[in-house]
Amino acid sequence: MTVEANSHTLPRLDGRVGSLRPSLEWLARRAEPLAITLFAILIGLALFSIFIALIGKSPIQLFELIYAGGFGTWFSVQNSLSRAAPLLLTALCVALPARLGLVVIGAEGAVVLGGLAAAAIALPLVGSAPPLLVWLIMALAAMLVGAVWIGLSGFLRHYRGVNETIASLLLAYIAIALLNHLIEGPLRDPASLNKPSTAPLPPDYMLGSIPGMDVHWGLVIGVIACTLSWVLIEATSFGFAARIAGGNVRAAQIQGLPVGRLIVGFTALAGAFGGLAGMIEVAAVQGSANASLAAGYGYTGILVAFLARHNPLAIIPVAVLLGGLDASGGLIQRRMGLPDATMLVLQGTLFVVILFCETFYGRCKIFNPDLWKRSA
Amino acid sequence: MEAIGIGVWGVPLAVFAGAIRVSTPFIFVSLGEAITERSGRINLGLEGTLVFGAMTAYAVAVVTLSPWLGVLAAMAVGACFGIIHGFICKFPKVNDIAIGIAMMQFGLGLAFFLGKPFIQPAAPRLPAIAFGAWSDLPQIQAALNINVLFLVGAALALVFWWASRNTRVGLILRVVGDSSDAARAMGLNPDTVRLFATAAGGALAAIGGAYLSLYYPGSWNEGISSGQGLMAVALVIFARWNPIGCSLAALLFGGAGALGPALQSVGVTKGYYLFYAAPYVLTLVIMIATSSPTRSLAGAPGALSITK
Amino acid sequence: MTKLLHASPAISRRVFLQSSAAGAAVASLAPGLLLSPAAAQSALTVGFIYVGPKDDYGYNQAHAEGAAAIKALPGVTVVEEENVPETVDVQKTMESMINLDAAALLFPTSFGYFDPHMLEMAKKYPDLEFRHCGGLWQEGKHPGNTGSYFGYIGQGQYLNGIAAGYATKGKKIGFVAAKPIPQVLQNINSFLLGARSVDPTITCQVIFTGEWSLAVKEAEATNALIDQGADVVTCHVDSPKVVVETAAGRGTFICGYHANQSPLAPEKYLTGAEWAWGNVYTDFVKKARAGEKLGNFVRGGLKEGFVKMSPLGPAVSEEARRKFEATLAEMMGGGFSVFKGPIKDNKGNIVVSEGQSFPEDAIELESMAYLVEGVVGSTA
Repeated sequence: MTVEANSHTLPRLDGRVGSLRPSLEWLARRAEPLAITLFAILIGLALFSIFIALIGKSPIQLFELIYAGGFGTWFSVQNSLSRAAPLLLTALCVALPARLGLVVIGAEGAVVLGGLAAAAIALPLVGSAPPLLVWLIMALAAMLVGAVWIGLSGFLRHYRGVNETIASLLLAYIAIALLNHLIEGPLRDPASLNKPSTAPLPPDYMLGSIPGMDVHWGLVIGVIACTLSWVLIEATSFGFAARIAGGNVRAAQIQGLPVGRLIVGFTALAGAFGGLAGMIEVAAVQGSANASLAAGYGYTGILVAFLARHNPLAIIPVAVLLGGLDASGGLIQRRMGLPDATMLVLQGTLFVVILFCETFYGRCKIFNPDLWKRSA
Repeated sequence: MEAIGIGVWGVPLAVFAGAIRVSTPFIFVSLGEAITERSGRINLGLEGTLVFGAMTAYAVAVVTLSPWLGVLAAMAVGACFGIIHGFICKFPKVNDIAIGIAMMQFGLGLAFFLGKPFIQPAAPRLPAIAFGAWSDLPQIQAALNINVLFLVGAALALVFWWASRNTRVGLILRVVGDSSDAARAMGLNPDTVRLFATAAGGALAAIGGAYLSLYYPGSWNEGISSGQGLMAVALVIFARWNPIGCSLAALLFGGAGALGPALQSVGVTKGYYLFYAAPYVLTLVIMIATSSPTRSLAGAPGALSITK
Repeated sequence: MTKLLHASPAISRRVFLQSSAAGAAVASLAPGLLLSPAAAQSALTVGFIYVGPKDDYGYNQAHAEGAAAIKALPGVTVVEEENVPETVDVQKTMESMINLDAAALLFPTSFGYFDPHMLEMAKKYPDLEFRHCGGLWQEGKHPGNTGSYFGYIGQGQYLNGIAAGYATKGKKIGFVAAKPIPQVLQNINSFLLGARSVDPTITCQVIFTGEWSLAVKEAEATNALIDQGADVVTCHVDSPKVVVETAAGRGTFICGYHANQSPLAPEKYLTGAEWAWGNVYTDFVKKARAGEKLGNFVRGGLKEGFVKMSPLGPAVSEEARRKFEATLAEMMGGGFSVFKGPIKDNKGNIVVSEGQSFPEDAIELESMAYLVEGVVGSTA
């Protein structure tokens, strides 16, 4: 990297136009994650190219197809965004507790039970209440159930000392069992023959698409949720307290911060987002609760959250990237005759390299204004 | 074969046999993860290693006609996965949990990708020892057909338990796991120790995969593992990093998993999804019952990121 | 190679759109694919979507083999995607095949793709044709450019049952099932009724695994059945490989499902109910290219070549072979009723009354919600 050479020029620049310095510092700090991630993506793609070349296929064609299938046309963009939408919320379900130092991997449980609760509560209301009200009640029910489910992991962690990673994973498996039991038993619509489901929502109770786009409203809701979460963490005292507790629980307790309430609150909020993802699956995609709610969005959310370094705003581009790779995977199967696992290999390679490159944070002088002075 | 039902006795028998049959992959993965975590690292990606091990073992067994060569090959690739994880995580600011999740994706993808040609062919299976030859009942004979790998896993658990207290290697592992600084003061390089510990963990997890593909259920396809690798990592924390505890937890989990099919086979047919959730509910209940906010991390390696 | 693939769908799409625009007025009157004679000569891109891996020794492989059969037809391009979940993903996969590959005929092969996913896409692309495996297409309720096809595989399970009925010594046979849905229940019931046509004292134990593909649980279920004395086992899960190998390992006889699993256990394999999707897809594609209607509700069994039986294995007795072949011949004649009254369900209610019978094409069979008397198991 050419960091050394550049860093020598900066102080001199600083000397001449001192007023530029703050904005340069701001720019440098903001540019760091972007530059490092781009660098990592390039390395990852290079490694993956070697793999593809080794099996006798053309990496260039593959990258052309990723572009065409994920981002190249308006249709492809919408395809990617549709696939990214649920990941925004499930990634939040992982990222928020992570800011407190908790590793929650059971977002899938909140998604399936949220979806189930939303579908169940909508049924008696359909027809008598207007759609907007029904959606609101569905969302609240889903968020409540999700909040209880993930909040339980947080509660057990703080008040019983139960490891939240295992508890949330176990609760996710239990949630999927409950879902299957209920949709094939008490909540099953007898007309849902070979795909056991709850009774479907009528068409006018479906959330529908964003005007002018073929992407459902889950995308907008997800982006709003990410933004609000960012504000919560970065600009409120609640978020400030959480960041302190996430850095060091002992220190937070000594300062008199309500660590228990923070943990339960953050996990519950995370679960609420997970539950909301389930409600959107029901109201915007499936029309009913069925086994497809457990489509793995909760698990993919873990990956998104870690790649976004648990920054709610960074979740958005990461989810879109993942959605795009997912969207182009089909094209690669069709055009190149490669198995669908190709995209898993690419994702794995990219993510290992991106996460590895986190080691460069703070090491490149150009991005670290604190080092500019010293080198001057 | 004389076909006689054994009625409700089938349930305890199935739980017993299931505990042995189903638990083996959990034993190996959790023992491997216990070693890795003892050294102060967590490798959440053993699910990927397990599946890659399953594929490698099956492929090598198909090609060489020797299941044991398959197991060895799985160990080798598992160790490679561990080395990659261990090498990457030695760099500052790299999050071992995140790398594990990414490595899981990578391992699964590569296993599915390279495993395509091996779905159709049949591989020779690992042998079992017929401990039930004394019985006339085919059910008992079947239940006591115990695979060698299970015995190896059980023996390894005892050896690790003993070694972690009584050998120099065990001491090094514990020191490194409890404090990097203390380890350095003793002249140890924590990164090197953790690299070896993660490699060992990967090799063991891959044996678990080999058991899946070469013995029970004894087949290679993309659905061969239903999250055993992930669950086994969780069982390590459940077992508080004790190798014997890991084996017991695995047995409990396997036995509880056999309950659902067994109950249906004797006519308890309602609500099977809830019976299938038994292992998870049982584990959760035991965890809640045995944890307490004051000594939650008893036995936890001090340098482990997941317990901080 | 790729250049060609890029080029030909683009042309076919243009031609197809022109032709469908020309025939739009007709198409709105009569459902079905209407092509002008000129367009009928053009290339056709057909899209196949699978819910699992293409090579699973079972459900998806049977469809992929069907897709492979039409690849050989002139002017036909096949595009395929595997492991597509029943979420927005499958909608976007269909749309991607339409927009980027110019697919004009789509076969989403998993049941869960039907409602709402395929129906959404069919509404959005009314000029293209969608045919779905297993769904119940209904006139007036579902779009005219959609349809469903399925095979009377229950006939095959009845024949499996006959082979099993002669092979069982303990008068107990076993069934490893995924979920209690009509298609699966019909197979379980047919399997037992076939066995009971040999010996009415035979019972069938069923174990539901709860998932379409769950290797370890399928193996546990097979072992549990055998521990309870079942000495012939069959299954309805996506990939029967594990059940077949586990049962053979315990020395139990096996009847196959979806595809021919006899290479996995040649000595213990009695016979199997297999799909013959190649015939079905070839027929659809030929009709589409000739500009004929595809049909909205397509069904067939052994007679129509939708379903076939694996060759009988070495363990099948001469007596069993005679009964098997006689029944098969009767089925090939058409109108054979597996479900002939009186039939009680396993709770004692009469589900098919005296004198009533359901031949293979009876629509009632496709919403079956009971297990017949003699099946040990529960539908919920």
